This record gives sequence, C-alpha cells and structure tokens, in this order.
Amino acid sequence: MNVPILQMRGITKTFPGVKALQDVTLDVNRGEVHAICGENGAGKSTLMKVLSGVYAHNTFDGDILFENEPCEFSSITDSEKRGIVIIHQELALSPYLSIAENIYLGNELAKNGWVDWRKTNLEAAKLLARVGLSENPVTPIQHISVGKQQLVEIAKALSKEVKLLILDEPTAALNDEDSDHLLDLILHLKGQGVTSIIISHKLNEIRKVADAVTIIRDGKSIETLRLDQGQITQERIIRGMVGRDLESLYPDRTPNIGEEVLRIEDWTVQHPQDHSRMVVNNASLNVRKGEVVGLAGLMGAGRTELAMSVFGRTYGRAVSGKVYKYGQEINTSTVSDAIEHGIAYATEDRKHYGLNLIEDIKRNISMAALNKLAKRGWVDGNKETTVANHYRKSMNIKAPSVAAITGKLSGGNQQKVVLSKWMFSDPDVLILDEPTRGIDVGAKFEIYTIIAELAAAGKAVIVISSELPELLGICDRIYTLSAGHITGEVPIAEATQETLMHYMTKEKE
Amino acid sequence: MSALRESLGFLTSRLRQVGIFVALILIVILFQVLTDGILLQPQNVTNLVVQNSYILILAIGMVMVIIAGHIDLSVGSIAGFIGAVAGVMIVHWGWAWWLAIPACLLVGALVGAWQGYWIAYVGIPAFIVTLAGMLIFRGLTLITLKNQQITPFPNELRALGGGFLPDISGGTSVLEWLTVILGVGGTAAILFQALKERRVRRKFNLENEPMAWFAVKNGFIAVLMLIITFLLASYRGTPIVLIVLAVLVIVYSALMNNSIFGRHTYAIGGNLHAAELSGIKTKKVTFRLFVNMGVLAALAGLVFTARLNSAQPAGGTGFELDSIAAAFIGGAAVQGGIGTVAGAMIGGLIMGVLNNGMSILGLGTDYQQLIKGLVLLLAVGFDIFNKNRTGAGGGSSMGRRFKWKTTPPATESAPAATAAPVGVDAK
Repeated sequence: MNVPILQMRGITKTFPGVKALQDVTLDVNRGEVHAICGENGAGKSTLMKVLSGVYAHNTFDGDILFENEPCEFSSITDSEKRGIVIIHQELALSPYLSIAENIYLGNELAKNGWVDWRKTNLEAAKLLARVGLSENPVTPIQHISVGKQQLVEIAKALSKEVKLLILDEPTAALNDEDSDHLLDLILHLKGQGVTSIIISHKLNEIRKVADAVTIIRDGKSIETLRLDQGQITQERIIRGMVGRDLESLYPDRTPNIGEEVLRIEDWTVQHPQDHSRMVVNNASLNVRKGEVVGLAGLMGAGRTELAMSVFGRTYGRAVSGKVYKYGQEINTSTVSDAIEHGIAYATEDRKHYGLNLIEDIKRNISMAALNKLAKRGWVDGNKETTVANHYRKSMNIKAPSVAAITGKLSGGNQQKVVLSKWMFSDPDVLILDEPTRGIDVGAKFEIYTIIAELAAAGKAVIVISSELPELLGICDRIYTLSAGHITGEVPIAEATQETLMHYMTKEKE
Repeated sequence: MSALRESLGFLTSRLRQVGIFVALILIVILFQVLTDGILLQPQNVTNLVVQNSYILILAIGMVMVIIAGHIDLSVGSIAGFIGAVAGVMIVHWGWAWWLAIPACLLVGALVGAWQGYWIAYVGIPAFIVTLAGMLIFRGLTLITLKNQQITPFPNELRALGGGFLPDISGGTSVLEWLTVILGVGGTAAILFQALKERRVRRKFNLENEPMAWFAVKNGFIAVLMLIITFLLASYRGTPIVLIVLAVLVIVYSALMNNSIFGRHTYAIGGNLHAAELSGIKTKKVTFRLFVNMGVLAALAGLVFTARLNSAQPAGGTGFELDSIAAAFIGGAAVQGGIGTVAGAMIGGLIMGVLNNGMSILGLGTDYQQLIKGLVLLLAVGFDIFNKNRTGAGGGSSMGRRFKWKTTPPATESAPAATAAPVGVDAK
C-alpha cells in the first residue's frame, strides 16, 4: 500500500532577504490524503507553489520525484501535464462563463480551433456527476454558490486527469454542510485512486480525512504524523505547529457586564438585487457594556448582512428598523455616522474590505479616524507614528516598523492592524466579523485575548463566527440566525454546539 | 562590507525611484552630447522650463487623479477651452487680467465639477466621462472661438507665460541676483527639510535610508538645483511661471502627504472598499479631485495661452497624453494608490527634455511621438517587471490592475462579495 507517489527532498527556497523554505522534506504515498499543517507564513503555500511549478525549477534548491521520475517544472502547465493540479484558496473561475466553459478553460475541447460545444457540455456533465454536483453545465458560474464553485474547480482538475490534487484551504469559505460534502468528495476520489494534498487550518477536518499530516514550521518540515501509527491527534498537531503546548485555546476572563449599549430593533434588509428576498428579517438584538455577544449562523443566514446594514447601510436596500445607543435612537445610515456614534465593524474579508494592502501599517491604523490626528485638515505625522507604535506594541504586531507595508504581513498580523484601526477610532461597540478567519492557532489566541481585553475595558463586542467552539470559548451570550431571522438567544451557560446548531438550522414560519 | 550590501539592497528595493533619476540624468547627458551643448545653454534651459510648465501643472492634478484610481483624458480640451474663455473675456470683453484669471479658474472648477458629478455620484468610469469631456470641451472651444484664434493679449497676462522676475541689480551684473538668492535659499530649504525628516524618522524608530544613499541623493538634488539656478541666472532670471509651479509643487506635495484630503485620496486608490468601510466619503473626495483637476487645467490653459499670446482652436491638443505619461513615468501605479507629485514632475521633465532635445536635433513630430511612446511603455513596463521580480506590493495582482476603479453607489458596492455567500442557502 505504501508506494510513494511524490518525494520532495531538501527543498530550499529563498526570497530576497527571507528563507521561505529550508531543507523541506515531503513524502506522499499513492492514494492517500496528505494534510499539510502549519501556522500562517510557515511556508505551506510556498511549498505547493514549488511543487506545482509556479516557481520554476531553477529558482529553488532540492529535488522533486513524482512517480519516481525527477521533475523540472518551469510553469504550472508542466506540472498539470504530469497530473499535478493545484486548486488555490481564491477560486480561479470566471463568473460570467458557464460551468462547462470554466471546466475546459485553457483546455478547450476543440476541433481545428473551433469549440465543440456538444462534447464540452456532455463531458462537463459527466465530470459534474463525478463530483456529485447536479447543475446544468451551461449555468453561469456566478449563479451557483461558493461551495458548488469549489466542486467545479475539482471537476476541472479531474478533466486534466489528475493524479495528485492539491487543495489550498478548500473549506475556508464554505459552511459546515458544504465543507462536509467536499471532504466526502476527497475521500471518494481517494477511492478512485486520486492522491490529495490538503492544506488546512481546521484540525477537525484533518482528523476526518487525513492519512498523514506533515507539519511545517518556520519554513522547515517538522515531522510527518501517520494515521496508521495512531499519531494524528489535535494536541500533537498543535504542538508541532506552534512548537509549544497550548494549555488553553481561549483566555480566561471574568465578565463584568453593565448597562445596555446598543439595541437593534425590528431590523429588516432586502437583498440588493432580489427585492422579494429579506436577507435580514425583523431581527432584534442588544449588547451590553463589557459583554461579548456571539452571532452564530450558517452561511447565508444573514450575519454579515445584518452587521453591514447596521454599519452605514453598506449592504442591502430598503433597510428598516431602529438602532438605539444607551436608549437613544441613533442614525447609522452612513459609515461616518456609524463611526461617530461609536460603532466599529471589522470585516470578515480584510484583504478586500479591511486594509489598504499597498500602504504601510501606520496609515492603515489611522485610516478610520484621521480627524483625531489632524488640525484644520492637516495630519500630524509624528502623532500618527506615535499612535501606530503604541498599537504595534500593545497588539504585538510583528513587523520591522510601523512603516512596513501591510500586504507583506501574515494574516494574523494584518488582522491586528485592522483591530488597531478600529480601536483607535475609540468605539463603544465593536462588531468583529470572523475575526480569526485564515489565522493560525497561535495568533488566534492573541486575537481572543484582545477581545477579552476590549470587553474588560468596557466595550460592547459582537463577534460573528462560523466556528462554534470559538463562540463558545469567548462569548457571554450567543444569538443564532437562520434565514435572516433571529432564532435563538442562548446564555453561555446553556450553550453547546448541539443547541446552537439546533437553532441555526431552525426554520421560522 | 555589510554597509555596502545594505546600500545595494536598499537601491534594489528602490530601483524605481533610483531608475527614474538615473534615466533623467542619462537623457540630459545624451542630448547634451547630441546637440553639441545646446541643451544646457542658459537660454534653452529657460525655454525648457517655460515650455513644459503647463504640462507640469497638469501633471500635478493628473497624478492625484491617478492615485485615486481614475484617469482624466479631457485636460487638454479643458485647457484649450479656458484659453478660449480667457480670449473672450480679456480681448473681446476687455476684462482686466486680475478679474479674468480668477474667473477662468472658476470656470475650470465648474468644468471639473461637471465631470466629477458624473464620475463620483453617478458612477460612470472616469475614462468614459473624460473621453466625453475631451470631445465636449474641444467642441465648446471651437464654438467659443468661432474657429478663429483670438489675439493679442495684454502684457500683464503674457507675463504669466513668458515673463521673468525683475532684475534687482538693475542690469549691472552678469547674474540675476534675485534668482541666485531664490535658488540658493530653496536648495538650503530642501536640504534642511530632508535632514529634519530623517531625524524624525530616527526618533520614531522607522527605517531610514542608508546614510550613503541619503547623502548622494540630496547632494545630487542640491547640485542640480544650483546648476539650474546658475543657468537661469545667467540668462534672464526666474520665469514667473516657475515660481507659480514651485508654489504648486510645495503646496500639493504637502496636501498629498499631510492633509486628510490627500490621505483619503491614497486610501481610495489603494482599496476603495476598505476606504468606504473606514468612513471615508469616497464620492466627495473623488468629486473634489476632479474639481481640482479642472482648476489646474484652467491654470495650464491660461499659461499656455499667455505664452502663445493667442487663444487657438487646437490649443491644448495632446496635453492629456503628456501629463498622463508624466505621472506614470514618475512612478504612479496603473491600479492607483501609488504615486507622488515630485515623481510626476521628474516624469514631466523627462518628457520635456525628450521633446526639447529632439526638436533641437530637428527630428520631426513623427519620430518624436514614436520615441516618447516607447519611453512611456518602457518606464511602466520596467515598473511592472520590477514588481513581479521582487514580488513587492501586495496590491499588484493582475485582478487589481485591470479592475475598473469607480465609485459605484454604496448599495451596489457591497454585495459583490456578500452576494455569493447569500446564495449558498438556495440549494
């Protein structure tokens, strides 16, 4: 059974000034699901880019043997010819093209340069059946959900006669149900002889599908754990990733809850295009001083939409309902109004909605509250640097200085910059949308600590998260949303994953 | 040894900035040799400044618009239109220059407001709005002028294009002393400012450029300033338009670096959505940028008209391309968010020296255009090549580069990302 399909030996890859990979070894056996774990910035994605030819063979040291033959890939086309296909975290699909067109994009089924549409759609349908997706191949990609798009990516890989499938954080954008389906599919493909490498932060997923786990830390391969030797346990993986034992995943805190700060009443939001659909429907909730309130819900339940529509109507149309702060009704119809009333919203998508990635740390931190640093429209640069240095220290942002470009920071540090930005705007209510998405275990703990400190400092915090253990670990009270309705309000003492899931899937008449 | 390596590493990381500087010097040396020394003769240097002043004025506004992720194709037509308006006001109606100049700038602001409205509040891409503007204002120029040039203008206005500061020595000295005083004073001020900035950076633990690079760079700038001062002083002194330009560069550099408005401009170009979600009034900022562009285009039109001493139907044709090229050669990023006023000035000078040098050599406009086009392509190509090589700049992905930068109505901007997850429950 243990026939090696891929051997990577002594892989060393250097970027100007940084050793991204150092003498990395990776052995993958034929027909297994091999997980790669490591903190953000550990070098997982770099290793996969080396393997798939994104980095040409002469730009790194070390050897790659695939099916016992040495590989010298100059581009991703070369590796695909050998049956190595990588699916990136950000899906590479064209939204306006059909499913079938996307599957055969760059690889069109054509005769003399003319596309054979009948064959394209027919073959695409077969591939869709293999990945368990019952969609018409001519449907445009933008009309199917992200979970299904992920399956189309896999169908695309299958069309290239994939032998080794590499998935970079495939479930990062999926809800639990879609994630489960995807993981089942990976196991199903394994039965058909497709070997998979899966990069994931989610340890429960790894436990579910992986036959082996290779841990990478600081650009080095630490160890490979094998299921048949009973080595794959959560504790072992975490220990390998962070190089230390994590006694607790969540910081201890004693909540000190005071008066009500924010109350949202009868909040209703229409879908921006589909006017008959209520994305948020008659939702009411409140949050008190020093309290951490969770918003749980499956994807599409309307959590982000609720938060963004409250925060300056940045989502949806025909928003109705009332927002009260300390019992007074307030107007939050523009972002600057919301900020002025002491509301902050840290987005779930920090790269597209949270940060100016080409700008440095200090200018990102000051972005939402420049007027606090300015007199008559002129910004005091020294004061700005002082403020940024303060947050770099207190938030433990790892960067050479506050003049470092945020695009070059790791996910965890970027998130700390986003949090710093909102803390500097000095809000009374912070809405944190998926604050630990795409962040490694060590940095997650730091973010939880920051949330605990915010609450301790008397802020009201609303946390939106898809990870129930996270909500259970940090919240005092959890609301559940389902299809735009608030379906439950659970004090932490009574909350379990099962009760929350029960409310999250509840249909409201 | 390690200091040397550090300096080299720094130079490669700043290849773009170093490169553009070196390019300017090489081009100057090349044409100095090719033209047998005519290029750097006092009279020609003076010409160079005056000839390029209106492009440089336009480039200031243009780089700001580009930093915000937009473009303005209409500035040449606006400059021509304002020239025509000035002709009607001053020559036909007999308005005094002190009344006509502010009136023309106001018309420029209104023109900018017109375009800014469509771009910022209606959400039409700037490329389209200003392409339309290019036609509209060229048409209005022709209508205003009834297809005939208006001339002559009074001396007070002509001074804006071709006048010089008075000679305080009363014509007794070889050098214009006022120019020497201004030049030396300006150089000292620049050096003082650079040193102060360096001290502040050290104080706040920010990385500083290596001492060697700092010294070479500022020494070079100082020498360059002094040479230009000397050359100007040994001809007719300081052109008035140079003073106007210097004031604009100082004010706009400060505005872009230190004002809330400037910071918001960079934020919008760097990431429009993040700017919106940080409470920045992106539409207002965009609108103001185009109003500002209109005013600067009007000023450029006035300077150009003053220099020619006539308002012409084709006045300003092609200015938009030179000023856009200046901004990009000067390091502005195609996708927005990056660029400086100073860089645009150097980019403008490169274009100017090319124009001037090739004209002296007697090259026709055919070859001039060919060469200028290639220079623009190489400059931006070098930038992108360099970015890909170092993997620098998180914002340089292809997706960003080709994305339209518009300010869509807020209700439609958010769903782009949130609509997809919402669809998940429809299974």
